[in-house]
Amino acid sequence: MDKRKRNLILNGLAVAALFGVLLAFDQFGTNYQVRILNNMAIFITLAVSYNLVNGICGILHLGPNAFITVGAYTSALLTLSPAEKQMTFIIEPLIWPLSVMQAPFVVSLLAGGILATIFAFLISFPVFRVRGDYLAIVTLGFGEVVRVLCNAFQSVTNGPLGLKGLHPHTNLWWSWGIAVLTIVLVTKLVNSSFGRAMKAIREDETAARAMGIDPFKQLLLAFLISAFFSGVAGGLLAHLITTISPTLFTFFLTFNLLMMIVVGGLGSTTGAVLGAALFAWGGEALRIVESPIDLGFFTIPGIPGMRMVVFSLLLMIVIIFARRGLMGRNELSWDGLMGKLKVMAR
Amino acid sequence: MDWTILLQQIINGISLGSLYALVAIGYTMVYGILRLINFAHGDLLMFAAYAAIYGMTLFALPWTLSFPLAVLLTGVMGILLDRAAYKPLRDAPRISLLISAIGASFLLENLALVMLGGVPKGFPRPEVFGKVIEVLGVRVQVLTIYTPLVTLVLLLGLLFIIYRTKVGKAMRAASKDFETTRLMGINLDRIIGITFLLGSMLAAAGGIMWAMKYPQVNPFMGVFPGLKAFIAAVLGGIGNILGAVVGGFLLGLGEILIVALVPGLAQYRDALAFFVLILVLLFRPTGLMGEPIIDKS
Repeated sequence: MDKRKRNLILNGLAVAALFGVLLAFDQFGTNYQVRILNNMAIFITLAVSYNLVNGICGILHLGPNAFITVGAYTSALLTLSPAEKQMTFIIEPLIWPLSVMQAPFVVSLLAGGILATIFAFLISFPVFRVRGDYLAIVTLGFGEVVRVLCNAFQSVTNGPLGLKGLHPHTNLWWSWGIAVLTIVLVTKLVNSSFGRAMKAIREDETAARAMGIDPFKQLLLAFLISAFFSGVAGGLLAHLITTISPTLFTFFLTFNLLMMIVVGGLGSTTGAVLGAALFAWGGEALRIVESPIDLGFFTIPGIPGMRMVVFSLLLMIVIIFARRGLMGRNELSWDGLMGKLKVMAR
Repeated sequence: MDWTILLQQIINGISLGSLYALVAIGYTMVYGILRLINFAHGDLLMFAAYAAIYGMTLFALPWTLSFPLAVLLTGVMGILLDRAAYKPLRDAPRISLLISAIGASFLLENLALVMLGGVPKGFPRPEVFGKVIEVLGVRVQVLTIYTPLVTLVLLLGLLFIIYRTKVGKAMRAASKDFETTRLMGINLDRIIGITFLLGSMLAAAGGIMWAMKYPQVNPFMGVFPGLKAFIAAVLGGIGNILGAVVGGFLLGLGEILIVALVPGLAQYRDALAFFVLILVLLFRPTGLMGEPIIDKS
């Protein structure tokens, strides 16, 4: 059988298997399990799109929380009905066009993604004038500025009170559908000539330039695509937790994403997926370190906040001792798997 | 506006600016040598504040003993930070070093949260600093006057070390070229350690004065002063110590005066610093007093 055909069939089977698992959880899973699976899918979308900039292009961008914020607020403002908005905005009324607009969930997600992309485009000019540590701090700055603006523009964002009572539109199908879509599109991009140009910039920007690659164009492309999916994921997140406020989207969120892609392996989409899945599951599993442990004769008191200590230690240990993370820059592929199987069969 | 109020605000601005300057020096020294934004630098402020509090309450030391001890401990902490988080990565790509720095910063904050609790602690300010005196018809706290003076003394001491001693000469050499410095028989790790020691001690002095100025000590108190001090360092020209001081004063004065002159901007105060940063990077990436940065990778 020709390889391409085989891969297509296997991909189809994998998606069908995922569908089956999701259907099982949708029917028989507890609320808690469904919640973790939803979180996992949103983290996968975020980590894969974040990895496109940080891992594939090799620039340390610390402002994905800005895109997520823009996406979340846009989509939340669009799904709330005018009456609900009037009830939420008690301090200052919502400004005119937004106050009467209402759109279906899918349109609101798209709008969130598009607005995040526009925002990314606007900040890209100052951001890509610099590299390295400066780029990191400038993007971090934009993340903070967005948070400050969210607190200040009460007539758009309702300030520190945030938006409450969003409809829980996000279900397993939405979150995993978008996660799969993100993975497919980002993988296609990475394997195209654009992806090769981005990797060339990561390895040596001067050499890439000498080969006729325009770094600004390539980085901008990655940045915009990453922003779009982060924005969509922001919309999903907003309609999963149904309450958003500026405190939700701090640098903390960026730190978590960074940890996922570093642990998974910077530059590997498979790694980003694994990192995000591990984080969603591990974050719950690690709750035991925060709750009291009863040893029968002695109770170890739970220590709130211990999870973050474990996470930051994990990040440092991975970056110092196992810089390649779980996957390095390798990807999981059917060709690779089949090769391994053949070797084992022999 | 009444001129006494303006004068009051200028004094406040200078006081805040000198705190930024103290912290910015540490950033600029580490950046000069390692080309690294030491994200955990701001958290040393928090460490120093807690050390001073525990020195005074738990061990009942007088502040004259507790403060210098806290400064010394923070200096040692800075060296440990370098040894644990940065030294294993000397030859690694810069992005790894930065990620390690972010990890170290979060580790310090969350360790403090777990061990010391998230409830803000009041800082037992010695009474000497709380007195109110009258200067040129303006009533100000003694602390507000002392802060710039302490900064000045520490700065002179630092400049002496850097420009008049052998260690300082080695530090200046290391900021130009690692390889050649090594060839001259200088122990680079020792020099980097001393850089962290000095930078962290200055940050500690800044942290203790910050805690007396805003007597709410919590595990995350160092984040914003740290970021702003870094921006001050970039504004002055990173790698340049006098630049960091000038940048610190400009940023501190600017923040206070803008809010004083246009009260409507008060809620944007935290965004102002980043706005300044973006403007500087767009139009004068080397800062006000910086030389072009040599890429040492």
